[in-house]
Amino acid sequence: MILQRLQQRAALIQAARFFFIAHDYLEVETPIRLPALIPEAHIRPLASASWFLQTSPELCMKRLLAAGAPRLFQICKCFREGERGSRHLPEFTMLEWYRLDGHYQDLMTETQAFLQDLAAGVQQERGYDQEIIGLLLQPQWQRWTLHEAFACHAPISLEKALADDCFEEILVEHVEPQLGLERPCFLYDYPTALGSLAKTSAENPEVAERFELYIQGVELANGFSELTDVVEQRRRFAQEATLARAQGIWFGEVPEKFLTDLATIEAACGIALGLDRLVMLLTGALIIDEVVSFTPEHL
Amino acid sequence: MYTASDLRKGLKIEIDGEPYIITNFEFSKPGKGQSLYRCRLKNMVTGNAFDKTYRSNEKFKKAPLDERKMQFLYQQGDEYHFMDTKSFEQYMITREHLEDVTPFMVDNMEVDVLLFHGNPIGVTLPNFVNLTVTKSDPWVKGDTSGTDTKPVTVETGYELQVPPFVVEGEKIQIDTRTGAYMTRVKE
Repeated sequence: MILQRLQQRAALIQAARFFFIAHDYLEVETPIRLPALIPEAHIRPLASASWFLQTSPELCMKRLLAAGAPRLFQICKCFREGERGSRHLPEFTMLEWYRLDGHYQDLMTETQAFLQDLAAGVQQERGYDQEIIGLLLQPQWQRWTLHEAFACHAPISLEKALADDCFEEILVEHVEPQLGLERPCFLYDYPTALGSLAKTSAENPEVAERFELYIQGVELANGFSELTDVVEQRRRFAQEATLARAQGIWFGEVPEKFLTDLATIEAACGIALGLDRLVMLLTGALIIDEVVSFTPEHL
Repeated sequence: MYTASDLRKGLKIEIDGEPYIITNFEFSKPGKGQSLYRCRLKNMVTGNAFDKTYRSNEKFKKAPLDERKMQFLYQQGDEYHFMDTKSFEQYMITREHLEDVTPFMVDNMEVDVLLFHGNPIGVTLPNFVNLTVTKSDPWVKGDTSGTDTKPVTVETGYELQVPPFVVEGEKIQIDTRTGAYMTRVKE
């Protein structure tokens, strides 16, 4: 069983590479061990000697954008301490891609094209979840603002949930289970406080141009128009770092070289997709344990 | 003390002075949001269950539970009396806490008693017990009803289906978790 899943995993990763290479993306490898990370309030990094294991390849990939690479993708391991559940592993595989042209709405369109390409490749093949594949091949995917999703599924409004400090609870218990049931759903326009690296919307300064993709209630990918305003980015880093420090989380000093490089980027967008979860969905696996060679408990 | 990251299925914690067991557990973490620990908790005394979501900064008291080997002594009305086989201390548990086990429990049987703050709250029986059949209709040869089992009653008053060859006065083994017949016991 596990060997069959590993074969499927390998085939899907091959197909993903093929898609991005065919769309003029350069595959890169960036260091997974770094002296300082991007501070995020709710992520616990793992230390490696006096450095850290990456929680996402975002920092180095954006520096490569600054160096002039127009389109980049990477498939790599990321580490987040204490995250273990049926859809979480403290060491997991991320697929991230970035481009200098376009913004978050373009990225949604591209994400749909990518996942439909993958789904079409395994349609009618034994061992793949044909219900999910049918769902992915729906021509029109839903695009819903976070505000709209709360209005439809939550007992209280988004504003009230944020004010009462129960946003995550309401999202997880009432909203997420309803998302992407008939067709995949992009949830977009998050409050700026929930998108530390995302560009603030031109139309509405309250929200950031960030989205999450949901398929049958499973959160699969997180993308945004990149914030390239260095002053604003520095301010948000300070905010996140304060929140993190209050919980005893340390990310190292402010990543200055990253901020210097960020200043040279005019506009960009990027997305992170949980590859293990994608394999889970397409193969019909119920827990993440089924799609990796070993879980920490088996080591 | 436990922290939220210790929560998992099967963990026993104390809430408002009562023992609870986590019967369902799910770790959630919406993108860029904080970790949530979603639990279904069952009160180990009343059996009442509820769902609760915790955050990572929350702390939990370990439920002071203790399991001891005891002998079932006798029943008096709704009161069941047990004796700790090591300390010879005696404990009483009322019937309402024993509904799952009374059909299979006979005098002198050795059982596990769960104590919370020193008070008994439940009894676990051995997985298999041997009980004597006290009432059984003789099997009619050539019965064409098509069934290959018949009902019998055992010494505790519990009724169950057994194969037709089991006769009154015989001992049979019963699985206390399912209440089903396992085999005849030769003495």
